[in-house]
Amino acid sequence: MRFGVVQFPGTCDDRDAVLACERVDGAEAVLLWHGERSLDGIDAVVVPGGFSYGDYLRVGAIARFSPMMESVIAFASAGGSVLGICNGFQVLCEAGLLPGALLPNVGLRFVCRQVAVEVVNADTRFTRACAPGQVLSIPVKHTTGRYYAPEVELESMQAHGQIVLRYAPDGNPNGSSNDIAGVMNAGQNVMGLMPHPEHAVDELTGSVDGLTLFASMALGAPARA
Amino acid sequence: MPDATLPTVEDAVALGLTGEEYAEVVAKLGRPPGQVELAMFSLMWSEHCAYKHSKKLLRTLPTEGAAVFMGPGENAGAVRVSGGLVCAFKVESHNHPSAVEPFQGAATGVGGILRDIFALGARPVAILDSLRFGEPDSSRTRYLLDRAVAGIGHYGNSIGVPTIGGELYFEGPYETNCLVNAMALGLAEPGRMIKSAAVGVGNALVLFGASTGRDGIGGASVLASAEFGSDDADKRPSVQVGDPFAEKKLLECSLELLERGLLASLQDLGAAGLTSAASEMASKGEVGLEIDVDAVPLREADMEPFETMVSESQERMLCVCEPSRVAEVLSVCEKWEVHGTAIGTVIPERVMRILQGGSTVGEMPVEALVDECPLYDLAPSKPVGPLYPAPPAVLSGDAGLRATLLALLGSPNLASRLPLFEQYDCIVQSRTVRRPGQADAAVLQLPDGSALAASIDCNGRRVACDPYVGTVEAALECAANLACVGAEPLGATNNLNFGNPERPEVAWQLTEAVRGLGDACRALDAPIVGGNVSLYNETRPPVDGPSSPASEGGPIYPTPVVGMVGALPSAAGAGRLGFLRAGDAIALAGWNVTPSLEGSELAKLRGDELPDGLPGYDLAHEVRALGVLREAVRAGALSSAHDIAEGGLLVAIAECCLAGGLGADMHAIPADVELLMVFGERKGGFVLSGSLAALAALDVPLDVFGTVGGDALRVGVEGREAVSWTLDELAHAHAALGPLFA
Amino acid sequence: MKARVLIRPKAGILDPQGIAVERALPALGFTGVSQVHIGRLVELEVEDSSQLEPICRTLLANPLIEDYEIQEP
Repeated sequence: MRFGVVQFPGTCDDRDAVLACERVDGAEAVLLWHGERSLDGIDAVVVPGGFSYGDYLRVGAIARFSPMMESVIAFASAGGSVLGICNGFQVLCEAGLLPGALLPNVGLRFVCRQVAVEVVNADTRFTRACAPGQVLSIPVKHTTGRYYAPEVELESMQAHGQIVLRYAPDGNPNGSSNDIAGVMNAGQNVMGLMPHPEHAVDELTGSVDGLTLFASMALGAPARA
Repeated sequence: MPDATLPTVEDAVALGLTGEEYAEVVAKLGRPPGQVELAMFSLMWSEHCAYKHSKKLLRTLPTEGAAVFMGPGENAGAVRVSGGLVCAFKVESHNHPSAVEPFQGAATGVGGILRDIFALGARPVAILDSLRFGEPDSSRTRYLLDRAVAGIGHYGNSIGVPTIGGELYFEGPYETNCLVNAMALGLAEPGRMIKSAAVGVGNALVLFGASTGRDGIGGASVLASAEFGSDDADKRPSVQVGDPFAEKKLLECSLELLERGLLASLQDLGAAGLTSAASEMASKGEVGLEIDVDAVPLREADMEPFETMVSESQERMLCVCEPSRVAEVLSVCEKWEVHGTAIGTVIPERVMRILQGGSTVGEMPVEALVDECPLYDLAPSKPVGPLYPAPPAVLSGDAGLRATLLALLGSPNLASRLPLFEQYDCIVQSRTVRRPGQADAAVLQLPDGSALAASIDCNGRRVACDPYVGTVEAALECAANLACVGAEPLGATNNLNFGNPERPEVAWQLTEAVRGLGDACRALDAPIVGGNVSLYNETRPPVDGPSSPASEGGPIYPTPVVGMVGALPSAAGAGRLGFLRAGDAIALAGWNVTPSLEGSELAKLRGDELPDGLPGYDLAHEVRALGVLREAVRAGALSSAHDIAEGGLLVAIAECCLAGGLGADMHAIPADVELLMVFGERKGGFVLSGSLAALAALDVPLDVFGTVGGDALRVGVEGREAVSWTLDELAHAHAALGPLFA
Repeated sequence: MKARVLIRPKAGILDPQGIAVERALPALGFTGVSQVHIGRLVELEVEDSSQLEPICRTLLANPLIEDYEIQEP
């Protein structure tokens, strides 16, 4: 299993994502430079957090046009697994791989906090190592994490199991619609979430709950020597 | 050289030089300086660059120790840590820019200290910040606090360096002169590190990063060193704007250049811009530099040579490389979307030669510029009367135990810092083992399983009471915080924030503080490997207030901020401050002297005058006790360890309860020492929890006096009914700063 | 030619920045202010003004959450 972690100018959590992927048994991870195009040998793509292109213009807006993102879009269209974390979630929404958009937090401030996240749909390639309803302790850290989608879209997402993660009751850190913390596309092969699972893979630094997402992605993926 | 527009002595004075200093410049050049030369001298001979009022004192500080890898003189100091790595660290101030424009001032303060770290070839791994404002009942204070915190977060969060700790005080004397000090830590492999000395005659000088604009023209002289008057609105255009995205690219670019072994020397551009960066490089390398200002990429087309040389535009670096490597250096720059340009050459003559196209617009001996600024002796004199008014009383002197604890927990200096810290990314880079609020010091794990700990501290009000003892306390507080997580000091950095040193009483504060810092750091074996000095921090009188002696302003509280870095053998064994297990015994450890209310937070709330002097310390006792505690934490013998700081014993216990979500039942305390014991302040005291046997085994003054458990804090007082507070009550009081960020 | 693009939050989308400014104004003595919304102004020079529309749709604005208005002098 080989993860590819996309690196834009301004990406901050790329090395953290690589470390997290490598904690999965039998998995390895490589960085994918934004200016390159090749996804040869990559089984799953992680678009990590940070401030790609300084978050200038609008979060995620510029990064989506990079050569690597063109390849990632093609990879996703062909059914490849793509996970976007925080800024990566924003990039995937901007790229049209995920429904909706992310807006400034209701509090207008950056918020860095350990939050409880409930697994709403455990029957996905991103959460199959979790139990349905399992509550994960994962940190959030963002200024623009309020998930928004038009009401009709939300209803459809709800009906099709595309809402994967929710903040626990009274624990919504940003004012997201319906406490949404993570969503999938209709094809169920692209997921985005605001919490940082790559920062919840080590008991020493707070929690190991995030590891289940990476482990889920590796389940059923080809083994590598 | 064109001399039609030779500047005058008046120009020199306007740029911050004295008439005598101007005459000295003329003597050294053998002629009056031209515009470029005067601009460069005025920067290099400013307090900020030349440390002309503090250099002699700083020479008395301890700088050597077993762990020291790089002492003062480079962009930052560095100590050896476990696993063959080196930790570079330094604290720096951005006080005056933050008072003028708090968001950009604080942001560029963070950007500047980070460049100091990666200029050495170290990857920045942590930021701590040390902030001082006036009382939060002032709308100006709330504005400054809000924007400064946002600025720190904006820069640190965006560049991907965690903010893992810091401190914040609210005191009247900082009302119009806030302090924003930022400390950064970086990690490097020693073989990848680089110095700033320009080497190799004939080598190329390459400027890379942002283009050069009119930011902060004269900023180092005017903003960083002068007491400012009521015209700071006019100075706004000279404030620099930070771009963390540009710096992130600059950081990665610099580290890649070093990884590829392309550079001979590297230096960041900070205050005083190209002038200071290039002159320092030339001075350290004992060479000269020739710089063509026409080669410098400009943001505004019509800039004059002197403006290019003094611009403080942010996010720029200067490096020296062999001429054959220039193309490769520029291609790495291109990869990171960083603009790089060769702007000059290393020359054998020890001069700074500034060219514009083909003609020379300035030429100065490097020594004169960098090393020969006149140094001034201080004329210290202990003030005869109080320098500072008593703080306004906000708590009645007869408030009981119950009300007093709640008032202290909710007071601006003691309330929870969580509302600030939540605005900072404290976890990026995956090293943070103890986040703010989890332990007395921040703890970062290293690849070999060991860990680094860091703390930054200073209680300026206590330094105002007694500059010597107060500064000793700042260093002891850092060491105590390190000991509570099991760390031993490796080295320290300091930022001396003081008023106008030409005032005898400020000179006295400075002299006494440096003496205390030296004594404490020697005793703690925490050599000072780098630091910064910020003088002329003076409060202004109210603009429209009546003119009276009390409203004439005066110095800020003397604030010698100490940052300390320590090591512990196992990240997994790092101590924590919160109570962990119901049934654990609670002990007061370390105090060999009963604390005093003088200079305490309670005294402040009561509006007491600042005392003239504080009780001193037996440093040998303190160092020994810290060692005992540190070893107990490392051995895993304790459930929790927390040092007793502002607010005293009972506040510390309440903090342990809140951090652990567990109550505590405290034995009866004698009624006659009640207030002294529970609210008095003195360094060297700790609240520990653990098994009775483990506590009793500690070879320090020890008093086991309570048990962890329940959902309330209960304190017995001899001969009276016990007093108790629910955890919810304590938490509510402690959350008092929340509304400032609502 | 020079052009300006005004980008603002779509009607009905919560605009916390606008709300924050609106809430701050009464404290400064400015009453009777409502419907404050905060957007962005992009100034650009284009050779072919027919590109403006696609530029806005593709990059400058996210039509899901933002409206844009092109102003040509």
